[in-house]
Amino acid sequence: MNLTFALLRRDLLLALRHGSDTLAVLLFFLLAAALFPLAIGPEPQTLGRLAPGILWVCALLSALLPLERLFAADFEDGTLDQLMLSGLPPSVVALIKAAGHWVVTGLPLLLAAGPVALMLRMPEEGIPVLLAGLLPGTMILSLLGTTGAAMIIGARRGGVLLPLLVLPLAAPVLIFGVSAVDAATGGQTAQPHLLLLAALLAIGLPFCPLAAGAALRAAVE
Amino acid sequence: MGGDIAAGLAHKGSKVHFLGAIVFHGLDMAAIRGERLVFSGVNFTLGAGEAMLLVGPNGSGKSTLMRILAGLGRLAGGQLIWNGDDALADRTAHAGRVAYLGHQDAVKHGLTVGENLQVWGDPAPGLVAMDLERLIDMPGRILSAGQKRRLALARLAINPAPIWLLDEPTLGLDAASVARLGHVLAAHRERGGMVVAATHLPLPLQDVRELALP
Repeated sequence: MNLTFALLRRDLLLALRHGSDTLAVLLFFLLAAALFPLAIGPEPQTLGRLAPGILWVCALLSALLPLERLFAADFEDGTLDQLMLSGLPPSVVALIKAAGHWVVTGLPLLLAAGPVALMLRMPEEGIPVLLAGLLPGTMILSLLGTTGAAMIIGARRGGVLLPLLVLPLAAPVLIFGVSAVDAATGGQTAQPHLLLLAALLAIGLPFCPLAAGAALRAAVE
Repeated sequence: MGGDIAAGLAHKGSKVHFLGAIVFHGLDMAAIRGERLVFSGVNFTLGAGEAMLLVGPNGSGKSTLMRILAGLGRLAGGQLIWNGDDALADRTAHAGRVAYLGHQDAVKHGLTVGENLQVWGDPAPGLVAMDLERLIDMPGRILSAGQKRRLALARLAINPAPIWLLDEPTLGLDAASVARLGHVLAAHRERGGMVVAATHLPLPLQDVRELALP
């Protein structure tokens, strides 16, 4: 247990020391979202209608950014060998990495999503539902992303391969996340969509670390 | 059963004495790398407090064997046995009883020497053993190659696992550090630990057996 927290603390400390990498995710999210009003025009009606989709797609793409390097540094400097020999099961090592990824990218995206939603003129009644959906949504993205990142370790064009692996799996998250907001702004209940997101998280939480752990084991062989 | 005892011992701290009767041995081991048979029919037996040196020319499979012993690589044939049980049946349990020093030092450039060690246990004994106390607040990125190696060896020194696997441990070390490594290895063997090393340089290990890879 101590080792688990020590490893998580180490990941967060490294993210803090390489602060520009961490900040880049947030800036990418803000910039990508800011491009849409320029492209489709500032008309509040259109923009507000599209805002949930824009926010979710931007969050999804931003969360992908740091994934290519998630295990690459550890693989190159030999730390991955040491992690595999730490006595922790590989799946726990993967879960620690996913947790670190969420704190460094998911949490900042969650904090920035509210202001960006206002900027895109999203109807105000949709914002709490958007955040309620992004909370499990970003966690699932971290879990799926960690699995993808573990699979591309050592691959020559990993950065290209990663979105191809992760994005199709992330499609349900996008669908339920956006339909939750649409339901709320359309005067319907968002609960079923949010519950489906929670169900996806409940499936991903045990299975993604297991798959990622197996990929890590294969990567060091 | 035997594996449980060893794994338990490995987590209790560096002051434990390993059971004298525990034996680590390989039977008729073979390894394949890149669809080529690297070695086959390799046997060894290692008891508590014993040391073994892998010798052989470049490409003879020393590093491959080392990774197999660590449970990182895959055996193409044969068996690895720890205290009567298949060592690789539960790789996580096996990981708890080995400490591995590979070619890479696994030093994080963004962390200081102290922080690099802290993840793996109480850094103090390791810092003393490899004379790194003065460098404790130095970030990993400004360490020299030899200093990084010493940091990797300090991580080894605080690892309570009974089996130490050292791949070219003295690479880049100065004479004083090699002598310090000698003390660390002697103390580990005194506690009943095992050492397997692969190197082309002279190692400060007394009373060591050789395993020749063709």
